Amino acid sequence: MSEQYVLQMQNIMKIYGNGVVANEDVSLTLKKGEIHSLLGENGAGKSTLMKVLFGIETPDSGKIILNGEETTIKSPMDAISKGIGMVHQHFMLVPSLTVAENIILGVEPKNGLFIDMKKAVDEARRIAEQYNFDIDVTAKVEEIPVGVKQKVEILKALYRGADILILDEPTAVLTPQETDELFVQLEKLRADGHTIIFISHKLDEIKRICNRATIMRNGRSMGTYEVSEISTDDMSKLMVGREVVLTFDKKPPVLKEVMLSVRDLTVHNAQGVLKVDKLSFDLKGGEILGIAGVEGNGQSELINTLTAINKSYSGDIFIKGADIRQDTVKGVRDRKMGHIPEDRMTSGCAGNLSIRENMFSNQYTDPAYSGKFLLKTKVLAQRAAELVKEYLVKCKNPEQNVGMLSGGNIQKVIVAREFSIGPDIIIANQPTRGIDVGAAEFIRRRLLEYRDAGCAVILVSADLNEVFSLSDRLAVMYKGKFSGLFTDVGSVTEEQLGQYMLGLRHDDELGGAVYER
Amino acid sequence: MNAEKRFEIFRLFFSILIALLVSFALIFMVSKQPVAAIVALITGPFKSSRNLANVVEAMIPLIFTGTGVCIMFAANQINLASEGAFHLGGLVAAAFALKLALPAGIAPAVCLILAAAAGAFFTALPAILKIKTGASEMVASLMINYISLWFCTFILMHFILDPAAGAASYSLPKTAKLPTLFSGTRIHFGLIIALAVAVLGYVFLYRSKIGYELRIAGSNKQFAEYSGIDIVKVILISQLVGGAVAGLGGGVEILSPIYSRFTWTSLLGYGWDAIVICTLAKKDPLKTPLAALFLAYLRTGASIMARTTDVTLEVVQITQGVIILLAVAEQFLSKTKHRIIAREAKAALQKEGGA
Repeated sequence: MSEQYVLQMQNIMKIYGNGVVANEDVSLTLKKGEIHSLLGENGAGKSTLMKVLFGIETPDSGKIILNGEETTIKSPMDAISKGIGMVHQHFMLVPSLTVAENIILGVEPKNGLFIDMKKAVDEARRIAEQYNFDIDVTAKVEEIPVGVKQKVEILKALYRGADILILDEPTAVLTPQETDELFVQLEKLRADGHTIIFISHKLDEIKRICNRATIMRNGRSMGTYEVSEISTDDMSKLMVGREVVLTFDKKPPVLKEVMLSVRDLTVHNAQGVLKVDKLSFDLKGGEILGIAGVEGNGQSELINTLTAINKSYSGDIFIKGADIRQDTVKGVRDRKMGHIPEDRMTSGCAGNLSIRENMFSNQYTDPAYSGKFLLKTKVLAQRAAELVKEYLVKCKNPEQNVGMLSGGNIQKVIVAREFSIGPDIIIANQPTRGIDVGAAEFIRRRLLEYRDAGCAVILVSADLNEVFSLSDRLAVMYKGKFSGLFTDVGSVTEEQLGQYMLGLRHDDELGGAVYER
Repeated sequence: MNAEKRFEIFRLFFSILIALLVSFALIFMVSKQPVAAIVALITGPFKSSRNLANVVEAMIPLIFTGTGVCIMFAANQINLASEGAFHLGGLVAAAFALKLALPAGIAPAVCLILAAAAGAFFTALPAILKIKTGASEMVASLMINYISLWFCTFILMHFILDPAAGAASYSLPKTAKLPTLFSGTRIHFGLIIALAVAVLGYVFLYRSKIGYELRIAGSNKQFAEYSGIDIVKVILISQLVGGAVAGLGGGVEILSPIYSRFTWTSLLGYGWDAIVICTLAKKDPLKTPLAALFLAYLRTGASIMARTTDVTLEVVQITQGVIILLAVAEQFLSKTKHRIIAREAKAALQKEGGA
């Protein structure tokens, strides 16, 4: 009965260059005019499967049957010409161009040698109206909110004639209100006969708008189900193989002395844009301060300044009472600060050095590890082996290159390095982003252990579940300020948080950010 | 050994094989006696103990510059000034040997230390330019080699020239020369220094704190910054040490029994060869003697071939070029690599399934 399917992917296998089997014998079928959820935890192989479909990756084996005919998809251009469009999680838009220019990019209406700008605007307007997208096509992309950028991405795909639309975690960057709006739009597209692949790991969203769901775990397909016939409990079981642990047995915090004080901190980025705006807060030992917020609201700049990677700021930062203005990165680290960086591959590790070599970059000067000139190689090898064991890093041995490990294991190496100094302060920036559930849970438990041991923790995370379940105090960052700060995390709803994240609500007087005035 | 490492070794040998085949093809094209030429190239170095000694003599300077380049490249500083540093080291050692007239024993040591210092100073110039002005060390170091060449020629012509000997300095005093190790050959004490440099280079790069910093900064600068490593210090030290080793090599070469006077009026190419050595040795100084041996063997074979047949030396330059191109081309054989890794991963899967 293959006629009823617009697309069949059969027995897809994809192995990456580092030996990771991302897809193992995965099959996916799409019925015309359905919203099909591809469900799975981070690292389950959803993105890889979609990259194969969109021609970014070549499968090692398996078949793709499009509209009843077997085909190979060689490149994204090829995929687009075959009517497949993809909206990436991280938008592929040119910020300095207008919405219309972005939509027509690569398929511009020409007037001789030149782009016919008037026609471009008309075309963009026409397609926006056709699909009922309320967008000002003459606005610059850098000036429009995230939700609208996503609409532009969808329009871009539709303009290129996409029948099958892949949406990679479209709601990850959206506030709850924007998500509602997106869903209305998707339902309209479905009614028009478009087929949509909706990648997500949010069960309630899938229940709301998807017809069928294919569930993936650990590179394998766990089957395809009618969404109306499967409970969210069962979905989550298939997804993670056990009940999701969303709540930790968290002891009430035992607060110690103030470890970190920030006063009127103001930071501009390299382009001179104000990113952190007169921020003041305190952090005590024994607590986790969660910072939620839509990406780009100053979180990265705040973290880089606290860790002395960025040295141009006004205001004051004190670690255990000492001003860090003159400190280098090493100076701050010597004050016993551990830092899990936002992007593990660009700044968290050196992929072509071994696990052992990656584990001591912050502490090799410790007399336990080195003399005046030489490293104590034997001690380091032994310590590395211990840490690999303690942090459950899956590897052949500590001499293996870090770049060969999976994301979760790389992250464990980084966490092992940062925690093994016995930190007083831990700055954890997206500590579990894009890693498997097991590793994520392990890292979260570790964070709690350190907090219980009296460590002060700042947790910046896009994973609301994570900040909700770990934080003792929860701040929302919006345009360089805390738009809200909650001391009773349990009483906050996701809905409320969304309003603060979007800047719809804003508390001018924050209670509890600063301990002493 | 894992599949990745095995593959790297396989790829290296495959590159060398292809390079040799290309050379053979060329020899067949240009020569009237191709078989004799190839036989001379391959077996020539083994034909006599003198030829074998020539191989060892030729590898000594290559170990020095190769180790120096390993240290600079490990910090991801593509400083090509070891050519000029080698040259300057040779001049400095020769000039001080002539002018200081120190007693035997002390003389070579002092001259070599000064040669190393000159080399360090020289390669530091592009490093300082990079730190202060952001100028690419690659371009600056490439051009600066000519300054070294003409500066050395100037000193030769105006300060140490023997008017009776053409473009050559006065005869270097016996007290400053390095002793030979085996009578009847010109294999000299420099071999021991070279091997020591390779071992110390390894210790520096892979066992010391600064070497660790240097390799971290070399493989991911942002990671180094985030870890609190002083990158400016690393850039400077890697190039000071690399240049010192190259300068020392120049000094050793000029004080060896191969030369009796300073006669260098053109660049000798040991700095360029060092890049081949570094590539073959995968930036590991301990492996530079092996890589140097291979290149010296090829060189010696080629010169025997040139002497005994109608094929010229340049054929080996082509071999060398092809090896470099293939060895540094990451994508070369990448499909085979993927197949090997995929096969291993599949095997692991089956093992898991079976267990």
